[in-house]
This record gives sequence, structure tokens and C-alpha cells, in this order.
Amino acid sequence: MSTEITTDVEMITVVIDGFDVTVPKGTLVIRAAEKLGIQIPRFCDHPLLSPAGACRQCLVDIEINGRAFPKPQASCTIPVENGMIVKTQLTSEVADKAQKGIMELLLINHPLDCPVCDKGGECPLQNQAMSNGREVSRYEGVKRTYEKPTAISSQVLLDRERCVLCARCTRFSEEIAGDPFITLNERGALQQVGIYEKDPFRSYFSGNTVQICPVGALTGASYRFRSRPFDLVSTPSACEHCASGCAMRTDVRRGKTLRRLAGEDAEVNEEWNCDKGRWAFKYISSKERVTTPMVRGADGELHEASWPEALARAAAGLKGKRAGVLVGGRSTIEDSYAYAKFARIALNTNDIDFRARLHSDEEAAFLASIAAQITTTYRDLDKADHVVLVDFEPEDESPIVFLRLYKQVRKRGLKVSTVAPLASRGSQKLGATVLSSLTGLTLTEKSVILVGERAAETIGRFTAVASLASSSGAKVAWIPRRAGEFGALVAGALGNLLPGGRPVSDAAARVDIQTAWGVDALPVKEGKATWEILEAATDGRINAVVVGGVDPLDISAEALGQLLDTSTFVLSLEIAHSAITAIADVVLPVAAVSEKSGSFLNWEGRPRFFEKAITDSLTRSDTRILSALADEMGSPINLPSAKAVARELQAIGKWDGARASAPVVAPLSLPTPDGDHAILNSWRELLDLGTLQAGEENLAGTARPVEAVISAARAARLGVTTGDAITISTGRGSITLPARIGEIEESAIWLPRNSAGSQCIANLGAASGLVVKVAKA
Amino acid sequence: MSKISPVLSAHWDEADSFTIEGYKRHGGYNAALKALAMEPDAVIAQIKDSGLRGRGGAGFPTGMKWSFIPQGDGKEHYLVVNADESEPGTCKDMPLLMANPHVLIEGMIIASYAIRANYAFIYIRGEVVHVVRRVQEAIAEAYKAGMLGKNIGGKGFDLELVLHIGAGAYICGEETALLDSLEGFRGQPRLRPPFPAIAGLYARPTVVNNVESIASVPAIIDRGNDWFQGMGTEKSKGFTLYSLSGHVTNPGQIEAPLGITLRELLELAGGVRVGHSLKFWTPGGSSTPLFTAEHLDVPLDYEGVAAAGSMLGTKALQIFDETTCVVRAVLRWTEFYKHESCGKCTPCREGTWWLVQMIRDLEAGKGTPADLDKLIDITNNIAGRSFCALADGAASPIISSIKYFRAEYEAHLTNGGCPFDPAKSTLFATVGQA
Repeated sequence: MSTEITTDVEMITVVIDGFDVTVPKGTLVIRAAEKLGIQIPRFCDHPLLSPAGACRQCLVDIEINGRAFPKPQASCTIPVENGMIVKTQLTSEVADKAQKGIMELLLINHPLDCPVCDKGGECPLQNQAMSNGREVSRYEGVKRTYEKPTAISSQVLLDRERCVLCARCTRFSEEIAGDPFITLNERGALQQVGIYEKDPFRSYFSGNTVQICPVGALTGASYRFRSRPFDLVSTPSACEHCASGCAMRTDVRRGKTLRRLAGEDAEVNEEWNCDKGRWAFKYISSKERVTTPMVRGADGELHEASWPEALARAAAGLKGKRAGVLVGGRSTIEDSYAYAKFARIALNTNDIDFRARLHSDEEAAFLASIAAQITTTYRDLDKADHVVLVDFEPEDESPIVFLRLYKQVRKRGLKVSTVAPLASRGSQKLGATVLSSLTGLTLTEKSVILVGERAAETIGRFTAVASLASSSGAKVAWIPRRAGEFGALVAGALGNLLPGGRPVSDAAARVDIQTAWGVDALPVKEGKATWEILEAATDGRINAVVVGGVDPLDISAEALGQLLDTSTFVLSLEIAHSAITAIADVVLPVAAVSEKSGSFLNWEGRPRFFEKAITDSLTRSDTRILSALADEMGSPINLPSAKAVARELQAIGKWDGARASAPVVAPLSLPTPDGDHAILNSWRELLDLGTLQAGEENLAGTARPVEAVISAARAARLGVTTGDAITISTGRGSITLPARIGEIEESAIWLPRNSAGSQCIANLGAASGLVVKVAKA
Repeated sequence: MSKISPVLSAHWDEADSFTIEGYKRHGGYNAALKALAMEPDAVIAQIKDSGLRGRGGAGFPTGMKWSFIPQGDGKEHYLVVNADESEPGTCKDMPLLMANPHVLIEGMIIASYAIRANYAFIYIRGEVVHVVRRVQEAIAEAYKAGMLGKNIGGKGFDLELVLHIGAGAYICGEETALLDSLEGFRGQPRLRPPFPAIAGLYARPTVVNNVESIASVPAIIDRGNDWFQGMGTEKSKGFTLYSLSGHVTNPGQIEAPLGITLRELLELAGGVRVGHSLKFWTPGGSSTPLFTAEHLDVPLDYEGVAAAGSMLGTKALQIFDETTCVVRAVLRWTEFYKHESCGKCTPCREGTWWLVQMIRDLEAGKGTPADLDKLIDITNNIAGRSFCALADGAASPIISSIKYFRAEYEAHLTNGGCPFDPAKSTLFATVGQA
């Protein structure tokens, strides 16, 4: 957008209210006026949407080279021209009267229910009626009334009476999200926003329409009537839900988060976010939160304990043990660093892994060799000639990446390819070509390969990505699903990496860190991966485990069982009771994101700082707790706060020595299943059973239907059609879902990985690559 | 010399005027064959030089519009004929298509050839089913006769003609809303630029012309510019259809050179209904400011009407005699605009909603003379502030009627209601009175 400063753009000087302003050619008059600090009132205008000229609130007088327009013009639709003289409401009586006239008209059918409206106090209509409207209305007629509110989805409510029909919401849905599920219906004064018959506004980005609605017409079901804006304390924050890295704003009243909004960052999320980021935050105030330290008593039950008692128990349980650390993917970079340092200093091991999901050793090699050094950014997507998605579904797994790609697809027909078993809805919107592998693909230095974490599920995939990138010069980005993974990688929360991308195997790298940490030695042996730590826990090679925010079912169906060995000491640092706390020997409550300050690194490696939004929270960050625990163990890590971590990370810096070598793993050919069987494929949809979405019923209402996708040939063979139930089974269990016939490889079946009624790992024992039986239910 | 100049309407009284035989009997389709033998640019040049101006209301030079289509751009070009005649009082295109549909088809062949379009569309008002059937039949006849389709008249030019039936929205007569509707969307005006000549139908260079404009083309090609320019006034050349309706003895269409006056037209139409006198009239449909008896000698061409403070518009002359309550007439029109506002922009959508309520109150005698000033002020806040011209049209009758008949508005207020007997203004009120 406008932040892109290039020198070859022609500049144009116009006069607005007597002041010269020079702006790039193509700039709209309303925006040029903003540069001078002249605010022309507006409703339909939005800098990221195409001009509409619908509300007519921004009328100004314009003359070009002495020729005046006979009528006032909408400044939101007219680009600047040389010789243009603009008179706004400040210097033109005609413009001022025109604006006041429009404002009066906008208000005749408006209910003026500001005292009970969510928007009251932060409403562009209310504010501009005060600044650019008449003192009193002359309207004495009958107002248009509607039933209110109408739910256009489970999470967005529409008060048609309040609507000024600016079409921001409909333009957003069509132009930005690619989800034209809301439109303007009817005509004249009865024109209204509506949905298609029986089709709710099921878009992952619908919350943005609530945010950009310039009146109180669209409100969020979860926030409606909860608060007045002037009672909220707002804190700039960062989203913890994925690696896109949205800037956010968290609004808190009396210690409780009431809503979250998309923040502005032209380099990252522009002004948008996804509905999960906006509306999944109740987990913070869940009844399941762990509020005090707990230790397991002789009776086998967890009992509340004081911090000194719990820390002493934890220290005793870990000291001298062969321990492993499972960090989880949602740690801030500061917390991940604390885990990384704690593992090396207090536990004297490299057995640490942030990957609480399906993973591979090939992936670890890719992360150490390539991902840790990545410099690809959103801007590279803007300029790319071809973007290749590899085991990565941006709309589900990193929604802002999707919006950015969609913008370029719409704007200039950006070429997108996807290595996936089927064309998802997101891929269809991007017009992506579906590929079965990277073989034969020709890329250039302007191409970008976006590889997702699920590449670990296909043997040889990371190798293929690394090789294609090095042969073509294309840029690579690794986009994990979770917000903390990139930071954890950089912080050294991985068995083969120390902070700053330093290979454990490199003696010089170890010396760097030894010096920074003031220790004589660091463990030399590369650490175990998550799967290996769990396996080692069953045979005693590991007899203590520190677990951050980890759901064992994300890793494998066996993971929880592998920790059940009573001789393994389990320390859980958690925000809420979980499968791990149920078996832990000591549970230490930690702060949720909004209760602490810190930062995530998004997939670009860009720090996303946030301050503590809930200032009166008594919870402590993982960093502070680990530091106290290390003290208790007599091996201090000296990290009293996130700031201390940031200072250390800054001092350590990035590794500039030799990189670890890229993975070389030959691909494995998949088995060819017979007609009754299929190769399972799945990913997590954006809205599913994810733990951070717990309790968000309105949000869950817009999740996509849970369906199994099969090919037309398979459907014919099974004698089913879209909507008929089919059963997918393995030796471990089965899932029964409605089928949907889609464009999917003949041998494959696709299921949502973790949705209601379709939890692949729990129900089938696997999430991808496995041969499953498919039958008519 | 006769004051009338029948060209388009010359053979309307023949029983088979609407058939291809009836049309060809008088030289129909010769002009198309003549044009197809010319260079396309020469056709554009001739129409440009002829001085033909758009007959749909705005009076934009037709040949100039054609010349805006970028040539050699490698894109499809389209011709779209606006037959969505919906303006209150306007009844020229429908009778023309009823009686002589082939003249439009012939004009479309010539225009499409000139702008290098191989697809042409007629967007016709859906309510006029009988006209739709006639046009459909005429298109089928033309295809059969080899005047549409491949290799027209053996001259190597291809043209496919599509008749699209609108669903009944006045706004779809606005050319960009028409294009949206033709593409299958809800008809609402588009932001310009880009203009249709650059990105019109399906974002391709498109000419949108009124029925009568295109129908006038064959005669110009056939008989030449000198003949055409022999009619009309200095800047308004040629003949045109005037439609007279309302309190007139013989309502209907009169084809005459531009610049004729209402006095002359009324003479041709047998005068205002017997026993009554002219009170007010519209020169070009309800969207053009009213005239009164003092304007009987205004030349009805683009400049003459504009100089007198109105617009030639569609030359729809609605005649109202002294039995008519102007407030009531204006209210009816305003209700029409409220019903037809597309809703896109604030002044039109909200303004027409409000205007109806204000004028209803005035008609019922509610309010004070100050409310008239308020009505004028609100109307002025609507006119010239909207996205398209619909709201300007809505404002025209209000502002002009108060200008000429303020006392009559005030009489409603002092009288506590309308001083007129509405029955007297009906056409059946005079039945049997001779």
C-alpha cells in the first residue's frame, strides 16, 4: 500500500484549502488531504478497499486548471491531477453544506440508539455527525424499521436500522477475503445487507467486517452489549494463534479480556486478522485454568501447594535426572529461550524439542540448515512471480498469508501452485494448480516456496524443497502453524540447535553460547527429537520430562502412554488442566499470553512484541518460573524477566558461521491401496477443536462442515454421493462422516484433522500417509 | 411545408410495418449493405459529421461516442442498445420497436460494423411483453434473411445479436447499471472512470446507445448528411420522435425536426383536451424541470430547452391542463423516484424517502410556508450530490414546480388540503362532454 516508497512514481502537486501537497500519481483527493491533516468526513471510503463513492459524505469542491466541476465531487473516488485545486468543508461553503446535507440524510433513518449501541463512543457516524453535521435534524417523518438484530452468522449480527449502506463489509468480503457471502439486497431505502438464502456468512475473516463497519450495524455476537468502549483499557498485542504474526489490540475491562481487534501493520496484516485471532480468547478465563502450583501427594492426587514447596519438589524431581524438555509450539521466544537455556544449564542436555506435533529428523535438519536463516517476507510474496505451497494450506494454517496471496492473485493474477492431495477451498480461491510433488517444477529467483510443517509427514519432502530452492534460487519460507515455533527455533529449543541458529555440533557455536551464558561447557551430543524423548521415557533412558504447553494427542496416539511410567518424573508448566497435568508430578501454573509481555517471531522471523494486557494478573511467565526453578536446583539461568531474555538474545545475535548441512533423504513411494482402501490425508482447519478455541461457541458456528473428501470414482464405487455417510477405519478405530465428492487424487481420502467427530490421531491413530479402509456407513 | 418529418415512423400505418417484408419494401437493409461496403472509420466519420446526437436524453454526439472505442486493441467490442425505456411520460422507443423493429436491427448492424463489434445486445424493458415478442420475431427474421449471424449480406461481417429482457428497474436505464444488469448483477451504477468505451460490458470497450439514436443511423447512411442536416437547428440536427401524452386531444408520437415548439406540436395533436387550457408540461419526461404555458414557443432542441431552464431529455411531452394539482403530480413522480432509487448512494436513497413524506404532508395541507423552504433546501441537498443522475431527476419536478406554482403549494396549506377535485383531471372526466 502507501508505505511502499519507490522513486520512479510520478509525483503530483495539488492545492487543498490553500496548501500545496505533493503525492504520488493515483492518490485519491481524500488521501492527499489526510497528508495535510485535513480530515474529510467519510463512511464508504477505506484505504484498502476499492473506491465506491456510495455514501457521498466526502464531497468537496474541485477545479482543474481553472475549470471547476459544476457539482461537488466525492473526494474518495477522484485521483489527484496536476493543476487541481480542492476546497474542502474548511474553505468551501458549498462543500460544507453538501456534507452537512448528506449527514442529515444519513441520520434520518438511523435509530440514534447510541446509548445502547456497542459502537457508541468509537463510532465514525457519531463522531462525524458531531464534527460535520447539523446541530439538529429537521426530519419529522417516519423512520425505516427492521427486526433487529439478524444473525448473518453465529458470530456476526446485523442491525439493519443502523446500517448506512456504505458497502465496506460487502467489498471486504469480496475483494479481501474472497468470500462474497454477503451482498446488498433490495433497492432504495430498503436496500440492506443480506446473506444468500440458507447460506450464512461462513468466512474465516468475517470479524473484519465488524471492525470496519463505520456504524453499529455489524456487531460481534460475543461482544454485543458487553462493554462500552470508554470502559476498556486497550493494549497493543500480538496474536498467539498462528505464525502469521498479526498486530492486535486487546481490550480489557476489570481484568477480563472482552474483545480483540486487528491492529495495523502494513508490513504484515495490513488492517486485517482472522476470526480465530479475533474471537478465540475465552480460554484465558476458562474454569480449567490452573491457578496455583500443585504437587502429587502420596494418595496419587494433585494438591494445591505453595510456590516454594512446588519448586522444591520440582527441583528434587529433576536434579540429577536424565531429563527431556517438550516446549510446545505456543511459547513466546523469551519462554522458549528460557526452556533452551534451562535444558542446557540446569538439566545438562540437548534433549529439547518444540515440535509437539508430527515431525521428523529430516525436518530437524531442514530447520537447522535452512529455516533458521530464512529472510523471506510478506513483501517477497507481493513481488513473487510464482508462489508454491508445499504441504501448506494458508487459509487454514496461516490466514494472513492467504490474504496476502489473494490480494496479489486479484491484483495481478499471481501464479500459485500447491503440492497437496486436493484443491482446498483456499487453493480454489487462489486459482492454484494442484501438484502431486515438486518434481519438474521450474522456478526463478523471484519465486517463493512456502513450506508448511506438514512436510515432515512426507519422507523426502524437505529434501526436495531444499534442493529445488538451491537449484532455482527461489526464496523459501517455512511457515509452521503455531505462533511460537519460529521463535523456538531461533531460541534454540531444538536438539540440534543452540540460540541464534547455532548448530550444536559446531564447537565454535557452542563457545559463543558458553561465553554468553558464562558456563564452562555445554552438552555436546545433539538432542533427541520429541518422539525419541517419549520413546526414551519408556525404557528409562530418560527419567524426567519437563512439559510446556503440549497436548500429547497432537504428537501421537501413544504419547501420553509413554509418559505414564511412574518412574518418569513429569513437571508440567500449564495454563489449564490437561491430559499432561493429569499425570504430572508437579504442575506449575503459567501466564497466558495476555497476562505477560514478550514476543513471538512470525514466519518471517519478524518480532511481534506485546505488553501485558491484563495488568493485575498474578500469574508468572514460564521464563520467570524456570529461572526460579533453576535457582532452586542450584544451576541458575538468570532470567528474571522477558526483558532479560531479550537482552541476552540481542547480545548473542545470529550465527554467521557454517550452517548445518541440508537434509538428504530419498522420497519413499507411497503404497498403492486397493479399491476399499485409501491413503489418509488431513490438516487442521482454522476453526476446529483446538484447545485455544475452547468455549467459543459463536466462533465454532462458522467452522466449515466436517466432511470426508473422496474422488468421484471412489464415490461411485462405494455407491455414495455428497452428503452420504462413509466410515473410515483403521485397526485402532473409525470415523464416520458425510462424504463430499471433490477433486482429490483417486487413491486418497481427506479428513479434517482435529474437528468435531474427526480427530484423526485419537480416532485412527494417524493423521496422514496411513492406508485406511473406506466403506459406506 | 409540413412541420412533421416522418422517417422512423413513416410506415407505421402499414399493416405489416413490423415485418421484414414490410421493412424491405421501403428499402430496408439497403443502408446496412451500403455501410458494409464502406470502411468502418468512414461510417464513424459520417455519423460524426452528420451531427446526430444521443436521443436518450443527454444528447451526446453519437459518432463521437463510437470514435472513443479504442481500435486495434485486440479486445472484443460490444454494442449495447438501451431499450429500457422507463421514464414517466416517455413512450417513443416502445412504439418504434412495436411498429418498426427492423430499423433498430439495421442500425445495430451499421454501428457494430463501425465500432468493430461482433456481438450486440438489446437491453429491453421486461414489462413490455408485446414489444419483446415483436423484437424477438424481428431478430429471427433478420437471421433468416442473412442480415444477422455470419457473413451478413455476403459482405464478410459477422454479428450476433442478443435480446436481454430486464426485470423492471428504472435504474437499469442508466448505462452502467444496465451493463451490470446485463452481466447478471444487481443493476447499480458503476464508478466512472473507467467509462464504458474503455471498460464496459465484461470490462470490454462498449458503446451504449439509445434505441432511437441507433435507429436514426440507417436513414443517415442511406440519404446522406446533407439531407439529415437539412432538418433541425444549428446544433441539434435531424428529426426526432416527440411523444405527447396527458391532457392532449390526440396523444401519441410525432416525428418532427428538432427545434419544433410545443405550440406547433399541440396544433398537430389537436390541442389541449377540449375545453381546457395548458397549465404545465414536461419537455423531456418527469426528470426534466417543468415548463408552463409561457414556454409554448421554446424551440424543442437541446440548446433551446436548456436555455429556458430545462432539458430536452427524451422529448416526452406530458401535458397537464388546469384541472391538475401540481402538488399531486409532483408527489406521484416523487413516489416513483423513491420506488426506483437503487439504494447505492445516500442522497438518492434517503432523500427520496424523505421527500415523499414531506410532499405527502404538503398535499394533505399539513405544515407551514416555512416547510416549503425546507423542502427546497432538502431537495438542493440531494440534487447534484448523488452518484448518478436519478436523484437530479427526482429533484427537477420539485424545484421547478415550486418555482412556478408556489402559490398553489401554499393554497394547500391555507386550505388544509388539496383545493382540486382529482376526478376532474382524469381523462374519463370529460367522457360524454364533447
